Amino acid sequence: MQPYEHKSLWDAIYAAGNLQERFLCGTERVIKLAELEQCTSLRGRAETLRGRSVLLRTRDLLASALAMIELDGIVRRMVLCPPDLKTDDLLYVAAAVQADAIVCDGTIVEDLHGIAELVPCGTELEPHAFQRGAQQPTEWILLTSGTTGTPKMVVHTLGTLGMAVDSSVLLDRRPVWCSFYDIRRYGGLCIFLRALLGGDSMVISSVCETTTEFLERVGAHGITHMSGTPSHWRRTIMSPAARCISPPYIRMSGEIADQAILDRVRDFYQAKVAHAFASTEAGVGFAVNDGLAGFPAAWAGTRQSEVDIKVEDGALLLRSRRNAIRYLGKNPAVCGADGFVNTGDMVEQRGDRYYYVGRRDGMINVGGLKIHPEEVETVLQMHPRVRMALAHARKNSITGSLVVAEVVLDEDHDDADRTKVAEELLHLCRSQLPAHKVPATIRIVSELPVAVTGKIVRHGE
Amino acid sequence: MSVQSSVKQQFTNVAKQQNITLAPLTDDLGLLDSGLDSLCLAVVVARLEDELGVDPFASTEESKLPVTVGDFVHLYEDAVNKKQK
Repeated sequence: MQPYEHKSLWDAIYAAGNLQERFLCGTERVIKLAELEQCTSLRGRAETLRGRSVLLRTRDLLASALAMIELDGIVRRMVLCPPDLKTDDLLYVAAAVQADAIVCDGTIVEDLHGIAELVPCGTELEPHAFQRGAQQPTEWILLTSGTTGTPKMVVHTLGTLGMAVDSSVLLDRRPVWCSFYDIRRYGGLCIFLRALLGGDSMVISSVCETTTEFLERVGAHGITHMSGTPSHWRRTIMSPAARCISPPYIRMSGEIADQAILDRVRDFYQAKVAHAFASTEAGVGFAVNDGLAGFPAAWAGTRQSEVDIKVEDGALLLRSRRNAIRYLGKNPAVCGADGFVNTGDMVEQRGDRYYYVGRRDGMINVGGLKIHPEEVETVLQMHPRVRMALAHARKNSITGSLVVAEVVLDEDHDDADRTKVAEELLHLCRSQLPAHKVPATIRIVSELPVAVTGKIVRHGE
Repeated sequence: MSVQSSVKQQFTNVAKQQNITLAPLTDDLGLLDSGLDSLCLAVVVARLEDELGVDPFASTEESKLPVTVGDFVHLYEDAVNKKQK
């Protein structure tokens, strides 16, 4: 597949052909790509946005998808605004990108000073004779929440976002991609572009659906490739609608994929399961397809699928031509002088493999000894009754902090059952972890919150 | 269960879970001689907080830190009484 430095998204979609059969599926409708020829979802106003800077802010994700297709190659800059963007942040971003217009599918209630133009969009198509004309490379700007809460603006192009298609697909039908991820965020956007650039179809998620509603909706479309975080997949297995889908290819990223969830999903769906590292700044790292957690130790210091991998002081560093170009606004440079981006993920070598042990900035301090909550969760998740686990710090007057944990179990359970499982879990932790990493308390809860990004919600203490 | 029983039960539970041989829990047994280290005591404190709803260590001055098992029990008995008032 060719890189996409010069072609617009629409040109690439068109070049991949087969528009009659390929589709994009949203909550309200399914649109065949052929319908997009000589049609507009922006009431013909794309032309007025030529060379300008726009914010894309919609409730409906299919509307976003159609707007992205229509505007790439036309606008100078397109900011993908996530649904939870607060007004202050929206104004900050609008100023930083010098936005001329907002493309929106609903009514904007905020008073947006200086953004003169509101361009409506949606999922309804109208015929329109399109003159795409001279095209320009559009900057795609993604927002990622910094630790201060103010969003960081990361600049990409179709070139840094477009991915090489996995040619290991052996199916009797064209791939239908689906992702739990929001297509306005890096992980979801990569899947969306992969589908379009690769000549395939995509079923798009929605911010308004529960896991069960989502599975029930998407089940009818013959999904072949489905991706999400390990937490998404843990929730899927627990859902009554788990069997609505049967994707032969499953992918996980965004959180540590422990062996337990890899095995469980593989067995449940009889699927090939891969896990990948991806971040908005580092660009897609690399995929691991051997079904094992972590990655081969031999990969450190080498290049895998166009990505250089390095481990330094226990941290994973990556360098790729797909690293984001830069940040907007006041932010430190994305990568170090040698081009490597510190992913912030800590890894540990055991035998011939590196295992992810946790985020560098998530460590718990127990009497001077450091713990990654993810290590404790991985152990808890080894127990066959455990569906999800969360470890975190609890303030303690003697040691500063202690590790405590909550777990969600399968099936129904009564008090006696819960007590028994809690004891088993404690025993399991003691057998796998040094004393200071063993949770002081293990509570059985009915659910654990998962953020819109699909990552389990962690609380600092 | 009395506060004293709760405290001693938690000592016993933690020791059992950590495969530690606990010395007999008499009132004058020094905490440092019981077999439990600071991590164990921290776990005991956390579990007693869940069970009794108090953590006397959160506000105890240095001079009043318990030395013996009896001191420890009294600290909790006082805290529970205060709470109930």
